[in-house]
Amino acid sequence: MWLSHPSLSTLAIWQASGNRLISLAPTDILIIILYFVMVLGIGIYLKNFSNTSDDFFMAGRDMSAWVAGLSFLSANLGALELMGWAAAAYQYGILATHFYWIAAFPAMVFLGLVMMPFYYISNTHSVPGYLQLRFGESTRALSGISFAFMTVLMSGINMYAMALVMKVVLGWNIHFSIWVSSLTVAVYVTLGGLYSAIFNEVLQFFLIWLGALAIPILGLIEAGGWNGLVSKIHERVSGDYVHLWAPLGSFSSNPMGVNWAGIVLGLGGVIAFGYWTTDFLVVQRAMTARDLRSAKMAPIIAAYFKMFVPLIVILPGLLALGLLPYKLVPQSATGPGMHSYNEVLPLMLARYCGPGLLGLGVTALIAGFMSGMAGNISAFATVWTYDIYRPYIRKRESDQHYLRVGRWCTILGVIASIGTAYLVTHFQSIMDYMQALVSFFIAPLFGTVILGMLWKRATNKGGFWGLLAGTVSSIAMYTAALIHPDWLRYIALSSDAKPMAENLYRALWSWLICVGVTVVVSLCTEAKPAAALKNLVWAYTDISNDHDQPLYKRPLIWGIGVGVIFAVLQYIFW
Amino acid sequence: MDQPLKDSPVHHIHHKMLPVWFFIGILLLVYGIIILYVGIREFSHPAPVVLASYHASIWGGSILIFLGGFYTLRYWPRRQR
Repeated sequence: MWLSHPSLSTLAIWQASGNRLISLAPTDILIIILYFVMVLGIGIYLKNFSNTSDDFFMAGRDMSAWVAGLSFLSANLGALELMGWAAAAYQYGILATHFYWIAAFPAMVFLGLVMMPFYYISNTHSVPGYLQLRFGESTRALSGISFAFMTVLMSGINMYAMALVMKVVLGWNIHFSIWVSSLTVAVYVTLGGLYSAIFNEVLQFFLIWLGALAIPILGLIEAGGWNGLVSKIHERVSGDYVHLWAPLGSFSSNPMGVNWAGIVLGLGGVIAFGYWTTDFLVVQRAMTARDLRSAKMAPIIAAYFKMFVPLIVILPGLLALGLLPYKLVPQSATGPGMHSYNEVLPLMLARYCGPGLLGLGVTALIAGFMSGMAGNISAFATVWTYDIYRPYIRKRESDQHYLRVGRWCTILGVIASIGTAYLVTHFQSIMDYMQALVSFFIAPLFGTVILGMLWKRATNKGGFWGLLAGTVSSIAMYTAALIHPDWLRYIALSSDAKPMAENLYRALWSWLICVGVTVVVSLCTEAKPAAALKNLVWAYTDISNDHDQPLYKRPLIWGIGVGVIFAVLQYIFW
Repeated sequence: MDQPLKDSPVHHIHHKMLPVWFFIGILLLVYGIIILYVGIREFSHPAPVVLASYHASIWGGSILIFLGGFYTLRYWPRRQR
């Protein structure tokens, strides 16, 4: 998940420190070229099916649960994620796995079982669209404009990060990477819309798994299995790097500087629920499912695969900790011949993969970056067209008009992303600020949406002022900690807290403030009539309980299944 | 003054298109053939990697061919009704 993930900030100072990490053979180049040919071919093929705005923005709402689910997961499984969390695993040990387990399963299952029905039954195009139906125009405007602004910037940052990684890892020219990737994304998303984005995300899912799977398999063989790896880690570093919960008793007993309450309430609670249930980038994928049961199943299917992503992300980091004959250092400490934490994944790839497999691994990284851009651009085009252009600029135009606007939006979004990428090239601290900027909106937005869905008494004014108060309070806490770093102890409730804890607790407080203000303002304003809340609020929505389905098709049963796997994994690695 | 415009409902549209699995199958199959070929060559030109004796490219190429072949055949257009 994007929030708190270390790569984004550390990448900002990740400069090429000499020679490239990996040299590609002609076979590897061929594999990369074939990938580009395939994504462009898919875009050209899918243009034939993007004939209406619902095709272009919602993929015809005809995706199966599997396609929607894998796309839902892939939208979050970008290359920055993989490289960043592999680096975090080297730095913090298995604690980084919390971002894949407790920060995923409960929220994803909750989205599928509780929230997805409202998004789906309300028949809207977007999360801001739901907010408009539930809380009115001003809440939609606040959410839509901030989301459109952020997605296009995030796409640019993704583009820049890819160019930087390709420069460090492969020695490629930074302009070459930016222009080739952005033109490819522009072509295939403009032609096929969300169809293209989803097809390429599912393709990326396979490439990432198959491209990275050699590392954990060969790594565990080299280490002598899990027990051998644990012994090697204990020989090389002091501290607890192999337990999930045992070191979380206090802020000072683990390298992350966070305690169990921050992980459970801040990460697993507010941040995870905010991200997975209200970030339109991922929710859009589930909304494309062909029926309600598929829409509910999509995030649950994704949760199963998310549980096993640590195999290809966290385990390589731990393997590097136990096996690499040299020590990786923080970026700021790198010198000639030294490598930083961020280089863990490419280093491990080069350690085990010869020509061919190496090309597949690099292709997986490129695919991860490009589908990250495509995901942001397609979500931007949808929100811009439906939540900004249509309600505020041209209200009653033909479907073909909005389809054309969507295509132009895609091109403009790519151009804006390229601009952002070059802006970041000159002002790299923007990456840090952007990460914070995104976090300002997500946690309070979850407060607004969940109250809107579950509490019929929430009013338009309550929703708007709650969202605004939560966002402003988050910005205020961030600014306070920036100006007075010692104030962190008030935000995170401990003088031993580290920046990671600040992110978690800031999200928690801003969510509580949003909920508190929404409740108070709602109780002071006139309630909405029941007719205006039909299919928007729990009390006035007839949600299928799937009892007509056989057990093995019921989302609840699959949700319980992923919960059992989660519990077993926590027990094993406690 | 104009009334606020409500979001228009989404329509379900079903197209007869090649499924994504077919494209995945084709790409994996081609990748598998390339990687298996490289893996066979590595018997005479070993790659400078750790655990080269395990011939990861042979295994990887074979898995890709199996997966890619399965998806390609399963979703081949002529086999669709």
